[in-house]
Amino acid sequence: MSGSLDHSDKGQTAPDLSIQMALSSDQALEIVLENVLCFLSSRHDRNAASLVCKSWYRAEALTRSELFIGNCYSVSPQRVTQRFRQVRSVSIKGKPRFSDFSLLPRNWGAYFATWLVSMVDVYRGLEKVYLKRMCITDDDLAFLAHNFPALKDIVLVCCEGFGTSGLAFVASECRNIRVLDLIDCDVSDDDEDWISWFPESSTSLESLTFDCVESPINFEALERLVIRSPSLKKLCLNEYITIGQLYRLMVRAPQLTHLGTGSFSPSELVVHGEQEPDYAAAFAACKSLICLSGFKEIVPDHLAALNPVCANLVTLNFSYAHINAEQLKSVISRCVKLKSLWVLDSITDEGLQAVAATCKDLLELRVFPTDAADDADGPVTEVGLLAISVGCRKLRSVLYFCQRMTNTAVTAMSKNCPDLEVFRLCIIGLHRPDPVTGEAMDEGFGAIVKNCKKLTRLAVSGLLTDKAFCYIGQYGKLLRTLSVAFAGDSDLGLRYVLKGCPMLRKLEIRDSPFGDLALHSGLHHYYNMRFLWMSSCRVTHKACEQIARQLPRLVVEMISKDEDKEETSEYVETLYMYRSLEGPRADAPGFVRIL
Amino acid sequence: MEGVFKGDENYLNLEATELRLGLPGTNESSVTKNNKRASPESGKKIGFNGDSAPKSGDPVTAQPPKAQIVGWPPVRSYRENNFHPNKSESETGIYVKVSMDGAPYLRKIDLKVYSGYSELLKALESMFKFTIGEYSEREGYNGSEYAPAYEDKDGDLMLVGDVPWEMFISSCKRLRIMMGSEARGLGWGA
Repeated sequence: MSGSLDHSDKGQTAPDLSIQMALSSDQALEIVLENVLCFLSSRHDRNAASLVCKSWYRAEALTRSELFIGNCYSVSPQRVTQRFRQVRSVSIKGKPRFSDFSLLPRNWGAYFATWLVSMVDVYRGLEKVYLKRMCITDDDLAFLAHNFPALKDIVLVCCEGFGTSGLAFVASECRNIRVLDLIDCDVSDDDEDWISWFPESSTSLESLTFDCVESPINFEALERLVIRSPSLKKLCLNEYITIGQLYRLMVRAPQLTHLGTGSFSPSELVVHGEQEPDYAAAFAACKSLICLSGFKEIVPDHLAALNPVCANLVTLNFSYAHINAEQLKSVISRCVKLKSLWVLDSITDEGLQAVAATCKDLLELRVFPTDAADDADGPVTEVGLLAISVGCRKLRSVLYFCQRMTNTAVTAMSKNCPDLEVFRLCIIGLHRPDPVTGEAMDEGFGAIVKNCKKLTRLAVSGLLTDKAFCYIGQYGKLLRTLSVAFAGDSDLGLRYVLKGCPMLRKLEIRDSPFGDLALHSGLHHYYNMRFLWMSSCRVTHKACEQIARQLPRLVVEMISKDEDKEETSEYVETLYMYRSLEGPRADAPGFVRIL
Repeated sequence: MEGVFKGDENYLNLEATELRLGLPGTNESSVTKNNKRASPESGKKIGFNGDSAPKSGDPVTAQPPKAQIVGWPPVRSYRENNFHPNKSESETGIYVKVSMDGAPYLRKIDLKVYSGYSELLKALESMFKFTIGEYSEREGYNGSEYAPAYEDKDGDLMLVGDVPWEMFISSCKRLRIMMGSEARGLGWGA
């Protein structure tokens, strides 16, 4: 704010200032407000501020620089770009999470293109784009790269619709690119050598993540890129990079903090007599390394190379590494500072015991399955979970796939790990009871919601009766996200949850016997939620129509697998409903019926 | 449910309420042998609740292998590709890595896409830009510096073409296009 203030005058107030600047007092106040609101970064605080009065609404809208859209269909790009004019960072989420598991047919929606069209005139200074579960084409990437010269960060998570051609556009035209992270995306192989498209000059790249790109990479070009990217801190390679190539890259970039190791196995060509590189030395040279992932085709002989960095590791992702307990132990026994660990269940309960013995500061654990098949027993069981709960008291987030689990172990975890915020247990066998007692898993999950007072996210599995949901409704007062599959007995179950969990924002249910009565019981709450997903449940078309009538701001989508299929079935195949300012979307495909 | 004694009512009830995979009527061995998962219809439960679906008392019939449940367990599809070799191959392909001696990169192909050896070899030739010689059982691949080999389930290096196609795609773990004397060595002998 320019203008001179005469400090010698006592009692100078805003009106005096406004006289000097020929402003109304309102305008002066707004300018002050804008300068103050600049410091407000949390979107929740900003939302609150915008509700105070019109003046605050305007000031907030002008100063918001980070846009977060939790559901791309809840608001239109036009509305957003009209209200917020100074945005530098855009985060948009599209498809519902169950689309990750093939439960949503292709071409459902969530196209980034419509957002681009609106943003191009208003957000010329856009610096960051974060998209999750959106559909983005090569043309979109080209448009983005070409029209937003200030673009620095592009992060795409679980996106699809583009290929290596689109990446080539980004590489060649985003002159200021700092972060290019592709995480769990489906990237088609157009045979385009996109790595070669980065400009020949020095780049400002700090993060390059392409481990999900399933096509070969021009290694020489990649190596040259790494050499001319002195700020590179994070590099996540894909499985086409052999361990020998990894070595060469590490030697060029010892400043790395995050490394995705690619295949971590040699290529087939091992010339007899040729000296293998000193991989351990390469790791030792990376003194700042705190985060390791990759290991997509790991040859366990090379695990020892990791030894020099283990003591400093904060994050370790072994979730693609088919290693056994012994092999894990050789690494994990040194990882005393580990806070996040992702593993495959191939490590068995014994491996988990080793984790529990060393990683006392562990905050997050994810155990993924190696086998989708149903077995009475699996490599990890209640034994492993119990061991973890005893050894890793500070746990905040757990994702655990297993074939068997007991209420005792789950209850023990609820007591040993009171800081749990996320508890996701997936007992792979459907409707599996506690193998020791033969009872349902109600008590275990009940203990979790009761004892873990900070719990915000829960996923349940195994044999569950309505009682489990009664517990959730009774104790899950902070619960925001709930995932249910093959569980419950009747409408009562879902009723308990909808009536009892005031903070519920995301509810996704599949293959459970919840129907119309349950659906109606949530009427009071649906406007407070981001979405409700119910597939293969017992909800009728009539009930959905009723909901749509009673809640006009709710978009009620009925999704079937086929477009041609007449509504022969009594029940809706998939119900997906969400609040929206815009009403039914115009881009819905034939298999979606919006009420 | 072989071995159920009709006269023994208690035994019948026990079996009917026993929790296992698959619909009533399957026996344990058939479920564990195939890789396809049981697919109970929603709402149908074997066991605890009084109001469970009526099937528990149904007469015994042998059930065909079950279809896999879509999206279960809930892991993202790229993780499914990394599942143990045991997993069902009905829906996804058989992906194997292909390397060629002297080439600096690996490629990945889906063996299911090809109907036989000639198609596969043609594809490899165009992928890596080389020619394979004529195949004969006795002499292996003649007329070229290269020989296509594969690593089988037991880790042995075999010449492509030695075994029937179906056997090949189920046992092939990795393909390697060998060069030079090593390639010739593989062609000789059994």
